[in-house]
Amino acid sequence: MTSMREEAMAAVVDVFQRDDDVALVMADISLDYLRPAVAHDPRRAINVGIMEQSAVGVAAGFALEGYHPIVHTLAPFLSERPLEQIKLDFGYQGLGGLFISAGASYDYGESGGTHHAGGDVQALGSIPRIEVLVPGSPAETGQLVRSTYANGRPTYLRTSTVENDEPVELAPGGLTVVRRGPDVTVIAAGPFLSRTLAALDGIDATVLYATTLVPLDAETLAREAAPAAEVVLVEPVYEGTTAGQVATALAHRPTRLLSIGVPRRFLKRYGTAEQHDAELGLDAGAIRERIRAFLG
Amino acid sequence: LQVPGVEVSTGSLGHGLPMAVGVAYALRARGRDAQRVFVLTGDAELNEGSNWEAIMHAGSARLPNLTLIVVDNRSSNVVLGEIAAKLRAFGWDAVTVDGHDHDDLRDAYTRRGDGPTAVVAVV
Repeated sequence: MTSMREEAMAAVVDVFQRDDDVALVMADISLDYLRPAVAHDPRRAINVGIMEQSAVGVAAGFALEGYHPIVHTLAPFLSERPLEQIKLDFGYQGLGGLFISAGASYDYGESGGTHHAGGDVQALGSIPRIEVLVPGSPAETGQLVRSTYANGRPTYLRTSTVENDEPVELAPGGLTVVRRGPDVTVIAAGPFLSRTLAALDGIDATVLYATTLVPLDAETLAREAAPAAEVVLVEPVYEGTTAGQVATALAHRPTRLLSIGVPRRFLKRYGTAEQHDAELGLDAGAIRERIRAFLG
Repeated sequence: LQVPGVEVSTGSLGHGLPMAVGVAYALRARGRDAQRVFVLTGDAELNEGSNWEAIMHAGSARLPNLTLIVVDNRSSNVVLGEIAAKLRAFGWDAVTVDGHDHDDLRDAYTRRGDGPTAVVAVV
């Protein structure tokens, strides 16, 4: 089965080969997947090595000359180490580029805190003009690479080893109505949709599936939210990352918000993503208990 | 481009050179190698590690259309030693000139080899 990361890389190779205005900047990661792009045109497929600040700067240089640059490496080294380069070289400079990460949150749970990235969406989301995408399946990932690589704004696409059971046909704007129900509004982001749906078994909820976390589609949320005051946000990043945007979108009405996400602490125990889910209360059973308790 | 002639806002140090490397690559990819890229830094700006990433990479990538100008006004509080020697160690064709001597500067700026060039202008 193809992973989100593999699908993202395949889509990158595809757009690179079809569009001469695409430039690819690598930082020594996923080179095997991207080799066809280098073979196609090595002048615009550059592996700078393990230097993420310069990878982003070089990509901005390509953008200055009219290219659509794509930069790829692991999540912490794409979102946190070169944060200022993305902020200034792309954000402030008014350029567009697609930044694709691998290894979301605690996907690489066995590698320890150096390779965890629960804060990527919050850190990058602080940059004006940026778009932050959190697909939940390989199919959505490929689709989002193709639809955003030339959008003219800094765009972060977070691939994960955790996936939903089924891909979703995405609505424009990045917030898709999965089902409608009166008792609670649940916003489930990216690869946490499947476990959220499992947790809602027996609860008549409106479920909105978010694949764009920045900017959150406030219009759709305001329009589709169930009448009940209760709103639950389930996201695969630090708890509360998107809570402010949810509150702003629903400011016209009373709302009680439960934020479920990755606890804001360093994870000092080593294990697989599934083991961390259990440890952190982020599997379907634990999410169900929290929602039940919240609804009373 | 919000200010004509100013392509990049590099007020935060260590951003201009990596971007210039990207521009040099992009010009090469467009088949416009003859067009040259000049990037202005200073001795203190070279404290930033992102510059040394880009210096290391550009040195190995051999980008002859790239020229780094270092205005060495001894503004860094950290003694760097001879900057040109460090650049040469990374594969650059680097010279040190009197930053007030226009003839020397012109000669230095018009050098072109098979890799990136650097002009350390002491003022």
